Amino acid sequence: MRLVGIGLAAGFFGALFGVGGGIVIVPLLIGVAGFATRVAMATSLAAIGLIALEGVIFYGAHGDLRPIEAVVLGVPAAAGAVIGTAVQQRLANRTLSLAFAVLLVGVAIRLFV
Amino acid sequence: MMTAVLAITTGHVAIAVVIGLAAGVMAGLFGVGGGILFVPVLTLALGLEQHHAQATSLLAILPTVAVGAWRQQRYGNVRWKPSLVLGIAGIAGILAGGFLAESLPGSVLRRLFGALLLLTAAQLVWRARKRA
Repeated sequence: MRLVGIGLAAGFFGALFGVGGGIVIVPLLIGVAGFATRVAMATSLAAIGLIALEGVIFYGAHGDLRPIEAVVLGVPAAAGAVIGTAVQQRLANRTLSLAFAVLLVGVAIRLFV
Repeated sequence: MMTAVLAITTGHVAIAVVIGLAAGVMAGLFGVGGGILFVPVLTLALGLEQHHAQATSLLAILPTVAVGAWRQQRYGNVRWKPSLVLGIAGIAGILAGGFLAESLPGSVLRRLFGALLLLTAAQLVWRARKRA
């Protein structure tokens, strides 16, 4: 099943490079599984929830979690997610794909330098 | 723990809150977790060591994507069954990637992954242009 392969790839690259699974999941859902851009991005969020939870359990067992700092970032980020998803509904799939491509290039540049 | 908290100034916390908000907007907009921004803020602004930062980033991703997925559910865009398959398959990928990360030179892998992202970006642009 294609989705199993995509999940494997997302976990693999996520753990290998410390990037979120989303940057791998979104383009694969669009290109390999044939999802519309907006649906791919929404489904990716739900999948990342599970993957992050698995990571938290793994790192939590190692005692690496810092809850205070996580709250300082996570609470404003949750508010930001409300804004981001609302804005997303107003944008065309094509616009979202192109903007996501710009994000990928940005991350790629960060990996090179 | 106490010393780490005391070493952080109000300014650093303000920076973290602002970038946290920006990371959340990006996460909601593009369906990513926000870890790309979380990790550097945790290390540079809040002074966490790399392993602690990566772990804490995952913890900060949880409320971000929970709220994001909830909003997207309201908009009717989430396909839950595929997301469940992705999330469960991810476990094996995380283990494989984690072990490989320990055994191979990181600089080479980073460049390979960067090249892969550039190819992916090119493919997305090509598809979007074709559809128009």
